[in-house]
Amino acid sequence: MRYLPLTDTDRQAMLAVIGADSIDDLFIDVPEVARLDGPIHGLPLHASELAVERHMSALARKNIAAGDGPFFLGCGAYRHHVPASVDHLIQRGEFLTAYTPYQPEIAQGTLQMLFEFQTQVARLLGTDVANASMYDGSTACWEAIGMARRVTKRGKAILSSGLHPHYVSVAKTMAKFTGDLLETNTPTLSAGTDIDALIAAIDTDTSCVVVQYPDILGRIADLARLAAACHAKKALLVAVVTEPVALGALKSPGEMDADIVVGEGQSIGVGLQFGGPYVGLFGCKEKYVRQMPGRLCGETLDADGRRGFVLTLSTREQHIRREKATSNICTNSGLCALAFSVHMTLLGEKGLRELAMVNHGAAAAAAERLAMVPGVELINTSFFNEFTLRLSQEARPIVRSLAENGILAGVSLGRLYPGEESLANGLVVAVTETTTAQDVAALADALEEALA
Amino acid sequence: MSINASGWRPERPEAGTATAPTFTGNKALMLEEPLIFEIGDTETTGVDFTGTPVEHATEMPARSYLGGLDRSATIGLPGLSEPEAVRHYTRLSRQNYAIDLGLFPLGSCTMKHNPRLNEKMARLPGFADIHPLAPVDTVQGALEVIHQLAHWLVTLTGMHSVAMSPKAGAHGELCGILAIRAALEARGEGHRKVILVPESAHGTNPATAAFAGYAVEDIPATSEGRVDLAALTARLGPDVAGVMITNPNTCGLFERDMRAISDAVHAAGGLVYCDGANFNAIVGRVRPGDLGIDAMHINLHKTFSTPHGGGGPGSGPVVFSEALAPYAPLPFVEKTADGFRLVEEETAEEHHAGSFGRMVAFQGQMGMFTRALTYILSHGADGLRQVAEDAVLNANYILRSLDSTLDAPFGASGPCMHEALFSDSNLAEGFSTIDVAKGLIDEGYHPMTMYFPLVVHGAMLVEPTETESKAALDQFIGALRSVAERAKAGDVALKSAPHFAPRSRLDETLAARKPVLVWKDADLAQAAE
Repeated sequence: MRYLPLTDTDRQAMLAVIGADSIDDLFIDVPEVARLDGPIHGLPLHASELAVERHMSALARKNIAAGDGPFFLGCGAYRHHVPASVDHLIQRGEFLTAYTPYQPEIAQGTLQMLFEFQTQVARLLGTDVANASMYDGSTACWEAIGMARRVTKRGKAILSSGLHPHYVSVAKTMAKFTGDLLETNTPTLSAGTDIDALIAAIDTDTSCVVVQYPDILGRIADLARLAAACHAKKALLVAVVTEPVALGALKSPGEMDADIVVGEGQSIGVGLQFGGPYVGLFGCKEKYVRQMPGRLCGETLDADGRRGFVLTLSTREQHIRREKATSNICTNSGLCALAFSVHMTLLGEKGLRELAMVNHGAAAAAAERLAMVPGVELINTSFFNEFTLRLSQEARPIVRSLAENGILAGVSLGRLYPGEESLANGLVVAVTETTTAQDVAALADALEEALA
Repeated sequence: MSINASGWRPERPEAGTATAPTFTGNKALMLEEPLIFEIGDTETTGVDFTGTPVEHATEMPARSYLGGLDRSATIGLPGLSEPEAVRHYTRLSRQNYAIDLGLFPLGSCTMKHNPRLNEKMARLPGFADIHPLAPVDTVQGALEVIHQLAHWLVTLTGMHSVAMSPKAGAHGELCGILAIRAALEARGEGHRKVILVPESAHGTNPATAAFAGYAVEDIPATSEGRVDLAALTARLGPDVAGVMITNPNTCGLFERDMRAISDAVHAAGGLVYCDGANFNAIVGRVRPGDLGIDAMHINLHKTFSTPHGGGGPGSGPVVFSEALAPYAPLPFVEKTADGFRLVEEETAEEHHAGSFGRMVAFQGQMGMFTRALTYILSHGADGLRQVAEDAVLNANYILRSLDSTLDAPFGASGPCMHEALFSDSNLAEGFSTIDVAKGLIDEGYHPMTMYFPLVVHGAMLVEPTETESKAALDQFIGALRSVAERAKAGDVALKSAPHFAPRSRLDETLAARKPVLVWKDADLAQAAE
């Protein structure tokens, strides 16, 4: 048992100090009915590194990895190249095996990193401030709706039909318990977004409008008009960004006067990982900072007058406020925030803009190529690195059959909106810097064959 | 007292040796590091796209599809070249204390060794590089990992089933409480609006219950540090939805009456949530299912060794009793004759219509599942049992080695579980837990959890974990005894400790009074004022 340093001699010596005859004496408070005499039956016993590695590797080999062939999946999780130094740095034991910086004098590494992360995120989202991370984009989105309720003291949120359906599901789950009212809609397979409908729906009971940018079908809408309409009725605009790389090319939601901007940070530094762990981004206008959920890192001075960083405004948080806290969040996504921050530092503004242009250029070329396939129609007039195709047949079986040939063609809207006839032929295709021209050609050929 | 078996110790520096400040502010290996905003600029980058297959696309495409919303203004994101970036973060890392550097006795957090095999396995492309919405036929191995881990968790806890998607412990608490509420509503008992929580509970418990729409009422503790069964039973009634109890509790004790508590709550029509943060003390020795619990979260980043990462990511699967299983969240993995499938909204209606819904976008913390399963397979059923035994042995060894130096408020209540609790009651006038904690920093340790649980004055909650050797424990005991003696003797030097850390005590009041949460360059900051 390679992770246990005590020897039997140690154990005996320690029991003597304690004054116990055996280890069982230390479990004396456990009721007899709940005591187990030995290892639980039916479970394997300890195994060597080699044996465990063999077992896990065999399981890993049963999956088709993104790098194994042409790959076009997106819809809230994107494949990007992560520089080798990112993974090296986050595996530094001083980052990997530390915890929430409760003792700031010996956690300045994590704290300074979080302060840098908050600043990077705020600048990217175009907000005044940002927190030290949430679990992921979907939970950050729900927390934003809750925050809008606290700020406006109103209980109705209007969710755009372009918001990721899983984010909508999470909000619906939570709203059942908090009593928030949610207005939701299913998207239509068209180039136009639902901005006008959202504006028309805002009333004096509205706490916020939640809009995804670019949306689930990849469409991009100017949010400035929507923000103005929200503010006219004293509601907040919450913008959700599931692909932060897009903000290297697109105006930020903050620039268009969104009050709260949340996002999924997975694209930068974190990787796909079958859905988690990811990192939720959360930024807002400074005037709302005391209603924010989650940890915040702030600058201060030490007793000798040197700059240092601490967790701050913790009177919002559960360990102080208990049942009156702004959120129950405790452990968040520290290490993923570090990965995001390191990758963002390596990119810098120049690299991020270039990365965004590579993505947009590759996606534009792919969209134009795929639109030439008979039976394929490009829905979008606007997109960043993800767009929606209408196929002449139901998309879901086609995605499955292409996967059998090693091509991961994209996300069918049938998977995201089961039972929605009007969306069944929709296929959302994401293209990033990792996509090659050959990948696009392979997808085009396969689609042509499948739709023939 | 020697610090190791050979009796060797380094020379202590002469007290009061004054040295001139250095030009850089550095002190040899203690290196100061500026912010990226002070050393980077928006023209520098550590990445390039030369030679990528889409190099041709770095030019604007023939036609832009950005809808006229191109970002023109400067974003203000500084870049560093790769060597500069590696150095920046390496220098920052050295200002952190970590398990890899030494014993990290942060009570309630289970800071055990993080095996590196876990990291290696989680990075296999077959796990790290798969998409959450990939067709399920292409991710059968990933679903099998989730299924295998779920089997272990259910078997180790003796429960009926498990929800894997919660992202951390507090998220798991929420999952459990939402399932309780859904179950009560399904039985037509939505009028039960009170959750009872012991005063000694983690702050996340009342925060979670309040979020789920419950009124929170405290349950008192007995003088020996356990839930007052009589008071609890007296409070039960038709308005009580359930209880949230931590077992082993935050005073470090096993709730002896847990079975009786569960029976009483059930008899009164309520349900039992157990905060499983302290599962490390009992894994393999006690199954919570045998104690009548209906729901319990498991922190994979505590008991099952996934790294704490400077504050996450965590992972908080929730095990359920048969009574709550039908209300568990989506999605979940199911084994069928044709392999593994993912039950989502679409398929749930067939046989899982009671589910309270989805808590997160995707399947949960896959990266933590691979690590936890790797750890579990390494230890096996026998090793995990030994984990609990050694964790409890280590904590009792600390308790009994120090209970003549520090006040142990529940020292007479029987053996502790995996953490030892002390108070500040026998320190000198004007000295408190924080002074002991900061003194420990100078001795090269991360302090214990301070001022928690709230039921003990100046609480010091020490959790050594099972991955410490006896020699490491002896050195820590020596250090804590030394600092405690100084605090009892009123050594004023402790009031300004730490003296040897990268920073002395930081002004938290200043930080909160005038929050500076993002960096602003000097000109900007001045203009704003």
